[in-house]
Amino acid sequence: MTTAVKAKGSKKTGVDKFLTLLRFLLIGAIAIGLIAFVWQQIDPNNPFARWRNPDAQPLTAEQIKGLVVTGLSQGAMYGLIALGYSMVYGVLGFINFAHGEVFMLGAFTGFVTSNKLADAGLWEGGAFIPSVIMTAVLAALIATGAAVLMERVAYRPLRGSPRLIPLITSIGVSFFIQNAVILLFGPGAKGYPPNPEWLQKKRRFDLLGDAFAFEVEGTKLLVLVVASFSMAGLWYFVERTKTGKAMRAVAEDKEIASLMGINVNKTIVTTFAVGGAMAGIAGILWGLLFRSVIATTGFLPGIKAFTAAVVGGVGNLGGAMAGGVSLGTAEALAPLMLLEPLGVAGPTQLRDAVAFLLLILVLLVKPTGLFGERLSSEDRA
Amino acid sequence: MRLLDIKDLSVTFGGLHALRDLNFHVDEGEIVGVIGPNGAGKTTFFNMISGMVTPSSGEILFKGESMIGLDPNQVTQAGISRTFQNVRLFANMTILENVMVAQHCRTKQGVFGSLFNTKAFQEEEKMIREHGEKVLGFFGSRLIGYRMDQPASVLSYANRRRLEIARAMATTPQLLLLDEPVAGMNPKESGELTELIGKLRSEWGFTIVMIEHDMNVVRDVSDRVVCLDHGETLAQGSFDEVSNNPEVIEAYLGRPLEKRA
Amino acid sequence: MTTALGNNAASASGSALDTRKVLNVGAVLAISLVFIALAGLPVGLDPRQVVNGILSLGYLSLLWLPIMFGWTVSKQVVLEGMTATKQGVGDVITGAATGVVGGLGLSVLLLLVNQFDLRDPLVNWSPQLVDFLTFSQGIGLGVIAWPVICGVLGAFGASLHLLDATARRAVLAAIGAVLFFAIFETFITDLFDFLDDLLYGPRGGLEWYAALVIAGLAVAYTLSGAREKIAEVKGDYHALTGEAKTRQTAILIGLSAVALIIIPMVTGKITQELMANVGIFLLLALGLNIVVGLAGILDLGYVAFFAVGGYTTAVLTASNRGPDWPEWFPTTPWFVALIASVIMAGIAGLIIGAPVIRMRGDYLAIVTLGFGEIIRLLFLSDWLKGYFNGAQGITQVPPADFGLFEVAGTNPRSVFYLVMFFAAISIYASWRLERSRLGRAWMAIREDESVAEAMGINTVNAKLMAFVVGAVLASFSGAIFSAKVGSIFPTSFLILVSIIILVVVIVGGMGNIMGVIVGSVVLIGVLGGPKQPGLLQEFSQYKLLIYGALLIWMMLKRPEGLVPNARRSRELHQDEFLQDAWLKGEVDTDEDDDNPAPGGSQVAPA
Ligand SMILES: Nc1ncnc2c1ncn2[C@@H]1O[C@H](COP(=O)(O)OP(=O)(O)OP(=O)(O)O)[C@@H](O)[C@H]1O
Ligand SMILES: [Mg+2]
Repeated sequence: MTTAVKAKGSKKTGVDKFLTLLRFLLIGAIAIGLIAFVWQQIDPNNPFARWRNPDAQPLTAEQIKGLVVTGLSQGAMYGLIALGYSMVYGVLGFINFAHGEVFMLGAFTGFVTSNKLADAGLWEGGAFIPSVIMTAVLAALIATGAAVLMERVAYRPLRGSPRLIPLITSIGVSFFIQNAVILLFGPGAKGYPPNPEWLQKKRRFDLLGDAFAFEVEGTKLLVLVVASFSMAGLWYFVERTKTGKAMRAVAEDKEIASLMGINVNKTIVTTFAVGGAMAGIAGILWGLLFRSVIATTGFLPGIKAFTAAVVGGVGNLGGAMAGGVSLGTAEALAPLMLLEPLGVAGPTQLRDAVAFLLLILVLLVKPTGLFGERLSSEDRA
Repeated sequence: MRLLDIKDLSVTFGGLHALRDLNFHVDEGEIVGVIGPNGAGKTTFFNMISGMVTPSSGEILFKGESMIGLDPNQVTQAGISRTFQNVRLFANMTILENVMVAQHCRTKQGVFGSLFNTKAFQEEEKMIREHGEKVLGFFGSRLIGYRMDQPASVLSYANRRRLEIARAMATTPQLLLLDEPVAGMNPKESGELTELIGKLRSEWGFTIVMIEHDMNVVRDVSDRVVCLDHGETLAQGSFDEVSNNPEVIEAYLGRPLEKRA
Repeated sequence: MTTALGNNAASASGSALDTRKVLNVGAVLAISLVFIALAGLPVGLDPRQVVNGILSLGYLSLLWLPIMFGWTVSKQVVLEGMTATKQGVGDVITGAATGVVGGLGLSVLLLLVNQFDLRDPLVNWSPQLVDFLTFSQGIGLGVIAWPVICGVLGAFGASLHLLDATARRAVLAAIGAVLFFAIFETFITDLFDFLDDLLYGPRGGLEWYAALVIAGLAVAYTLSGAREKIAEVKGDYHALTGEAKTRQTAILIGLSAVALIIIPMVTGKITQELMANVGIFLLLALGLNIVVGLAGILDLGYVAFFAVGGYTTAVLTASNRGPDWPEWFPTTPWFVALIASVIMAGIAGLIIGAPVIRMRGDYLAIVTLGFGEIIRLLFLSDWLKGYFNGAQGITQVPPADFGLFEVAGTNPRSVFYLVMFFAAISIYASWRLERSRLGRAWMAIREDESVAEAMGINTVNAKLMAFVVGAVLASFSGAIFSAKVGSIFPTSFLILVSIIILVVVIVGGMGNIMGVIVGSVVLIGVLGGPKQPGLLQEFSQYKLLIYGALLIWMMLKRPEGLVPNARRSRELHQDEFLQDAWLKGEVDTDEDDDNPAPGGSQVAPA
């Protein structure tokens, strides 16, 4: 990307002025919304709070905590998917648009397996935990397989072609997988069997005293815990193992890495495999949390996960996870804390728009992401 | 008259000082040679003048106006044009198109003119084409004739270098920055090109800054030579002065300059 | 996927049977066949006849694969400097064996479907599938038949290598002609009523004797040398220059225009509707072609401009636009709304374009996709419901009234004419722009953006201009769409539309007007648009899958599209192009002091 923020004293073109205006407008709108929200929390009758939103009502602390927890668990899943985008972009320098479909395949595998297990009476009964583990392993395997297969069939032959070519191909792959799933399994939404009572139950945590006490649904807690462990495992893999080191080397410079005796093809396959496994796990978590999956499930979370990767800084794994969590939280909070105080009716409908606006905002203000990108110099161009 | 005046210019890449407090000037009508060992920062110096790299501090004045922070196209518009060390032609455009597209900033017909094929549009097209052919004709018969309509990628290495110069000329600059114009050419070709560089000044009126490793070429055309090393000016002056400067010789690993050519 | 495997494992010898290759490729064939069967294509397409009572589209959906695989598996990779060994019986055996392995896949599937019930997740795991695979003749026959059929077809595919070029062309022409007549049935019978009874059966599909005659004619045509004649005429045309060429081109364009005016007069409503739909997507594709094909910007949110055009027209002409519009807000005739649409789309182009234009190409793609979604969400939202009616949409958009005549959805022919008028404008505009100062700037940007910038091109403005021109062309389409359908809903503007237009442009040939036309006719006309059926109405369920597969296949095998733009294919096949040029002596060597004519200096490359 050329210099997005230009040095001072430059001859500004119309476009630059417009962009500056746009930045101000966006940030201004956010500021006004937030201030109105704060005011509304303090005193709903305040004229500023009522300015755009005549029937302003303060949110209760419970509501806000609930939103945060929802956002965090959603964001953790975005983060898990984002890892795949981030790693592939780091290593190959292209957006694997079909990565969202890998996630969807994970969720679909979970749907099939969990229902078969439920039919056998294992799901809600005593063997829930082993069942879930088995489902997750299967989902991770299928997702990994899908990711590796798509690399082999669609992307490897295109290595070295202009950057947009593999991107367009991956759009085709995404389209193909989505519609193949529709044809194989039918177009409707597929339900997961109900989770056992003890998992769904809300749990109360008041470690930090009563004021900070909050209630979490068991499922969301599970999502957060599993996501954290997966992330930790991945971090260990990339930073501490030999294969991880090879991955980082290939991301830095493929040619030199291969001169150093690293098997570049194998490393790239590993990258896809690891990204796929993470997406598969995210798929299962999605299924457990929302208990429903449809062939297009992968599309929006996929794009949002890419957004998360960009927000965190592409190629930066910690950044991807942090980006995911920020995006999830922003998406959960912004409609009620920002759009509603700004007088937008039906703000939750615009959740997805919030995610895209965040992407645009980050690219306008800090194109390298919040935590900095890690790309080889050729990919940075 | 000072055409280009550079004051205390520095640039860093990460921790690396590619250029450090550089002072440099070019008078109108001069040909200045820039020499220096590999990695001295010569190309970075050009990148900075042409706006492709933003300096961390310092000032670049062209005809008295600051160029800092301008986009490369604005710099070209102002009258500075360049060639690239690693020839970067528009390989799939024809040779003629390469020089036609370079006149973009000197012409102005837009969507309206081209859609309605206005008189002004036709005249401008004709002018662009004629100017392009004229620029190509500067190199004798090599780039014109049937060749004009071939893609640039079929050209030989030497001809690509020539086309690079032609493309830079087509932007009608006042200051021409040539980055190693004879690199990769045989002695006969480089001798010929040296002559042409002289003509670029005498016939076309360009002021020229030229990076070159070939000391014969530098000696033959430069009014003045500047030697860079580690991003700093090591010596300035006539070719003889610079080439006999002990520091310069030191920078070139102690070997006499002539032998490196 | 198939050809990649085939090529990798290709062996030079024509006689020895390479078991591993056969097993590998056969397995891929088996998986592909089973996938197609489980995706439901055979059963779903079975009602549509290709050759009445002999071959249905359902069987065809399976049978073409073994032929392709047979051809691929026995294809020789001739390396430079090696003489190709003569292909022989060994190749045919390889092809047959591959086919048999593939066919076994279907046999196994048949046994499994017969035995177990997996209908729960797999919707096509059904008795109908068993019925289809056994030809309603019992399991035993089916299990034996498939390996045999696939083996024969594999052998057939492989044996195409043995024929000399003319004979092979004749066979392919015969197959192609029969398929063409089968697929374009509605269109052909619409045009020439008498052919309906002559060629086609009562349930649709060619009669067997008609298929034979068509195949025979196609063979005769290939062998008669008429093809060469045509090629010669084409060559003559391309060789023309200046005045003469202009005249010939004018005649050609005139003739096509006359044909386009006459054809809808004789065809039925369904065909007219289809042609109108093709036209609407052609307009969109022409616009996207400027953005993607000429300027090289991958805009995935292109549908946004279509939506802006559609909604602007609807809001300005419909009687039931949202209640929140102010009193003074006018209701206008269609063409005034069109002008407003163009302006609004242009503004939307600037607003969306400005923030994204400096971004990396791939980021730009995703961000524009985001914008496309945001615009749809806004039209859908409760927030702007007072203006755009949310999900209910704006339903009472009147026909476009031109005084003398009216363009309405109930009269698809009028829509077609209107669309063609705008398509002509768009084609002219693309053609002029490509050859202008701006077109050259786009080309340069596509090749090397930072050099283009250094050569004085304001890349931001040039790219923005491409965005705006593309947006304006899309708004034409939106305005016509709105008047044609008579109503407008957010669901007409899904990202899907963007992607389908992208596939049209890519399959046709990026950067090539003719390619875009061919792409629209072949894809939208035959397969259908996002919601609009094509000639193969039975495909409506499967078309998106096919779009996806086509996109992948084109990117892998033929990124320059069906009708390539010479320059674009040079970009994509730089090495091969240079090699060819060198072999033809067109490459310039350093020895050329005096500008020799092409082919003059055949000196080894530097
Ligand atoms: N974009 C960049 N990022 C980081 N470092 C850079 C960049 N461009 C140049 N450098 C570094 O700056 C130093 C100067 O490079 P430059 O290309 O200007 O040398 P040069 O004098 O042109 O050498 P040569 O004679 O080989 O062309 C080198 O060490 C180079 O590695
Ligand atoms: Mg250099």
